[in-house]
Amino acid sequence: MAISLRLERRAGLPLPQRILILSLAVVLGAFAGGFLVQASGYSAVKAFAAILEGSFGGSYPISQTLAAAIPLATIALGTAVAFRVQLWNIGGEGQFYMGAFGATALELIGGPAGWPPLFLLPAMLLVAFVTGAAWALIPGWLRAWHGVNEIITTLMLNYVAILWVNYLVYGPWKDPQGHNFPFSPRFPDNATFARIGDGQLHTGLLVPIVATAILVLVLARTKWGYELRVVGENAEAARYAGIDVRRTMLSAMLVSGAMAGVAGMVQLAGIIHLLNGQLSNNYGYTAIIIAWLARLHPVAVLVVSILFGALVNGGYAVSQEGIPQALGAVLQGMILFFVLGVGDVFTRYRLHVAST
Amino acid sequence: MSGDLLIAVCLAAIASGTSILLPALGEALTERSGVQNLGVEGMMLMGALFGYIVDIETGSIVLAFAAAIVAAAALGLVHAFLSITLGANQIVSGLAVTLFGSGLTAFVGKPFVGAQAPVVLSRVALPGLSQIPVLGQVLFTQDPVVYGSFILVPVLWYFIYRTRPGLNLRAIGENPATADAMGVGVASRRYLYTLIGGALAGVGGAYLSLGYTPTWVEGMTAGRGWIAVGLVVFGTWDPLRVLAGAYLFGFVDGFQLRAQGLGSTVPSFFLNMLPYLFTVIVVSLSSGERLQRRLGIPRALGLPYWREERT
Repeated sequence: MAISLRLERRAGLPLPQRILILSLAVVLGAFAGGFLVQASGYSAVKAFAAILEGSFGGSYPISQTLAAAIPLATIALGTAVAFRVQLWNIGGEGQFYMGAFGATALELIGGPAGWPPLFLLPAMLLVAFVTGAAWALIPGWLRAWHGVNEIITTLMLNYVAILWVNYLVYGPWKDPQGHNFPFSPRFPDNATFARIGDGQLHTGLLVPIVATAILVLVLARTKWGYELRVVGENAEAARYAGIDVRRTMLSAMLVSGAMAGVAGMVQLAGIIHLLNGQLSNNYGYTAIIIAWLARLHPVAVLVVSILFGALVNGGYAVSQEGIPQALGAVLQGMILFFVLGVGDVFTRYRLHVAST
Repeated sequence: MSGDLLIAVCLAAIASGTSILLPALGEALTERSGVQNLGVEGMMLMGALFGYIVDIETGSIVLAFAAAIVAAAALGLVHAFLSITLGANQIVSGLAVTLFGSGLTAFVGKPFVGAQAPVVLSRVALPGLSQIPVLGQVLFTQDPVVYGSFILVPVLWYFIYRTRPGLNLRAIGENPATADAMGVGVASRRYLYTLIGGALAGVGGAYLSLGYTPTWVEGMTAGRGWIAVGLVVFGTWDPLRVLAGAYLFGFVDGFQLRAQGLGSTVPSFFLNMLPYLFTVIVVSLSSGERLQRRLGIPRALGLPYWREERT
């Protein structure tokens, strides 16, 4: 598509200016969101104070914000890989659930369950990596080999994955001692990440950080990273250059699904400690915005994820003030609008007036 | 299936199918003009909530649907501005519309969860026609929105394939530069069809909250907007085929609801998966780039048009 070529042109602008423009767009988006809050009869000042206080006001809120950023960053790192080859993987949510499912399956079904954490956690991570990737395999294959719109298929499979996990926790995997709640049995300690400090922050924090380091290296230094870039810029040219476009696309999709699966495992082993049908606070969808805002760059994904972790966390904080938690989602949408609008206009210096 | 059961499933199929058909028809028009709008889910939620609120506040179902149209079209306008005027990435813009729409409706709709809407759509048996055995019961004991959709489908088909403005619509989605050179304004028409797409999504949403399941619940569209986008692909941008797809979907949906009601031994979770799996399958069967080209995918779909870059 020609659209992404337009975005490439932006690379000419110096980085500090691009960051400045993006930050401006984010602030304007938040401001417009505040206006909406005020218009709905709530106090915008109170709302933003609660968000700031609840996400950065002290060591406990900061640790909560970082904890919320972990799944977001992990999914978004993968989403960004798929977006690089123009594949719109909207299935992060479902792949997240399938990763959580895979990790739980390994933990529940005897065998390695008695292992020390040093072996069990990586094993769960690996299984989640595979089940997440498997969930992206069908849409990826359909897209690369048969041209089937991956947006629709990845999205539909989200609902299927969530129903599947619900089936398990309402049925065969329901904890017999769980007072009939739709939860799996609680994970034993050897299947959980150790907590850091007094909040929910846990050692799973290392996962997105290590993944970022690996991705930065792989994207910049390997043949695969190069092929992703070429296919993303011009699939036709890539084909002439002898790159197997279909395989490159599928591999990007698989990595993307795998990362979402890993995020599901990390969230489970780090925070929730049991499988249930409400694992994700729309993380899969939020990750799409994060990947986009970060311009698909892994390091930027980490930074933007902290901002959005604050919004997720701020959502809980405002609900304490009697303001609906969905405010976080409203602000996310608003910010995205402004980044698309303001960000585009100012970066390209192009205020195109519609010709009629 | 016995006769009564089949009729019950078909009735449910048309009601469920209609909630998808209207947004899908709107999206077909929008995409025909060359604009891809993935915000259907968010626009449907806007229609569902604001229709519901106005119904409660005014007690008028006509005003309720008008409000649904305005609210959903307003989000359509945002998408139009971002993607047509600013040339932003339409996929991301559409996603933003959906995210914003679901966030805003959850935010604003919080106090209305569980509220009672005073006036909801009711079925009206058409005199004479509803007496036809089976067919009359299924097709002509429906609510006014369903009757409206019966009229809308052939009208849209005629409009797209047999009228001058319909030809212009196809032209700006196929080859905007040529259309522009012939004096057909691209941007204004794309705005118009994006707004119409939003309006129809709004009607589909309000049909859910005031007809199909008369209540307001956060995220109540449950992916129907996305399914509508999928059915446009399945229906190859043709109103008649979109209709077939929507009713087929409705039939699967009606079937799984009935099966649950009758205490099927298959866990409800698996029956609930059927509509989504069905969508994956039909979109896959009707896809393939070469096939799509032959069946009429608008060639300029998703691409912004700049007059000065015309080649």
